[in-house]
Amino acid sequence: MNTQALKEMLCKMGDDALIMGHRNAEWTGLAPTLEEDISFSSIAQDQIGHALAMYTLMHEHLGEPNPDIIGFSRPETDFTCCHLVELPNSGYDFSLIRHFLFDHAEILRYKALTNSAFTPLAQVAAKITGELKYHILHANTWVRHLGNATEEAKARLQTSLNTLLPYALGIFEPSIFEQALIADGIFIGENALQTQWMQTIAAILKQTALHLPDVTTIQPVYGGRRGYHTEYLQPLLTEMTEVFRIDEQAEW
Amino acid sequence: MYGGGYIYDPENKNQAPIAEDPEKLAEFEAKIDNGEKIEPSDWMPYEYRRQLIRMIEQHAHSEIIGALPEGTWITRAPGFKRKMALIAKVQDEIGHGQLLYAAAETLGKPREQMLNDLLSGKSKYSNVFNYPAKTWADVAVIGFLIDAGAIINQLANSKGSYAPYGRALKRICAEESFHLKQGYEAFVYLATGTSTQRAMLQDAVNRWWPPIMHFFGPSDKISVHTEKLIRWQVKMDTNDNMRNDFLEQYVPKIWELDITLPDPNLRKNPETGRWEYTEPDWDEFFRVISGNGPCNKERLDVRRWVEESGRWVRQALFKPNEIYKVPLA
Repeated sequence: MNTQALKEMLCKMGDDALIMGHRNAEWTGLAPTLEEDISFSSIAQDQIGHALAMYTLMHEHLGEPNPDIIGFSRPETDFTCCHLVELPNSGYDFSLIRHFLFDHAEILRYKALTNSAFTPLAQVAAKITGELKYHILHANTWVRHLGNATEEAKARLQTSLNTLLPYALGIFEPSIFEQALIADGIFIGENALQTQWMQTIAAILKQTALHLPDVTTIQPVYGGRRGYHTEYLQPLLTEMTEVFRIDEQAEW
Repeated sequence: MYGGGYIYDPENKNQAPIAEDPEKLAEFEAKIDNGEKIEPSDWMPYEYRRQLIRMIEQHAHSEIIGALPEGTWITRAPGFKRKMALIAKVQDEIGHGQLLYAAAETLGKPREQMLNDLLSGKSKYSNVFNYPAKTWADVAVIGFLIDAGAIINQLANSKGSYAPYGRALKRICAEESFHLKQGYEAFVYLATGTSTQRAMLQDAVNRWWPPIMHFFGPSDKISVHTEKLIRWQVKMDTNDNMRNDFLEQYVPKIWELDITLPDPNLRKNPETGRWEYTEPDWDEFFRVISGNGPCNKERLDVRRWVEESGRWVRQALFKPNEIYKVPLA
């Protein structure tokens, strides 16, 4: 088994979940209804838990430091999250569409990983898939509802969808280890995942008044998996580690 | 979390007493004396309904406003354990708000109207949330001591006469006891940590002590409209008694960690068994509650942003043919 390939994969999954969880947690106290406030907090809490699970696998099986050090002490260039998760929340429509696009990719990824040749990951993936089912149920319900509601709601969702699609395609930026991961039976590969994802989101969006642009004409936003990030990641990390950095050796 | 010792009620002074049907009133009071609970469909005096709406509504507002000072620390919490615990905790507080708005709705006032009254300043929330959470240690102090105070108040009120409020409070108290545990743990880690951590904690305790002493509401000597509310089992204990319970349970826990409290007169009188302290500055309390505290404007501005930025979502959910029905809890 190519441990370098595995480490890289676990790290990007952990980073995606941590940064997405951070952004979704910013809705706590501020969502359009109390029920949505609770939902977004709950989703964020799950995602931070998923990051912890990935970093724990890296710590326990691949010789990496403890999860707090992985999550809270690396420089920005060591993060391999995609740009989609880094973008600041610009409105509820933006966060909802991002949640829809991201969590559909997440559930398909973790479902595929339940068959991973790396057994500890397969076990964790089964548990995480169970949580992601609710994320999908939540995202689909709201996209279907708002995507068929008032003109304003439809227009807002459409704008966010158009803005976010190039970034969402960046989720599937291939790894240099792609072939090794597939050959070792660790993962089905980003290409196969993207195909499944396209079919799923197209089927849901078809039930709404929203229009799915032709993705073959869209240039995906890549770079995150190689440590190149948007201008928004560094300020996010500075905020996230503000207390931890006061004393990294202290117990908080 | 909430200390319900003070019900903001500026209309009370100008209110002409409502003449209630004496037979119905006697029946109602007999029921309460017998320890029976009042359900939403039961007859109740106008003043009982009015005071309960104010009290539950103020409690609900305190939950959603109370989520703000702690909520800003979720993204900054040090390490996975604290981060996940804090999100779960703040999420619970919003959930309490949801539960309490539903309880208040059983008395006939819709949630939307309660939120509008919060924004217009017609209805208040717990004064303690008009103070800023400046450092991570503030999160530990709030989670431990403010939640502890809230439990004392809410456990007492959960035995009150209005059934839907009592049921909501029982569920809330179960969750608050976890909040207290996580708050106490974070507090202990700082108190037993590095000198920097201890200094942060001592500073936070010093700043939060006056609002904590205010938390249970004005002294019984100056507190109005308590008598009838106690007779109707809306208010279950006096402000001073609850403050004394709090001091009795938590001051020793703070002192045993070598954290000091900024009141040279704080001590338990061995003869009376009651705690003695410097009388809190009630002028400051009334000044802050009437809108002039350090964070009143910021808190309401945030809620106003929530109202305005989320309006299109709520409008998209709106069903024009639906008639508002009062829930029965």
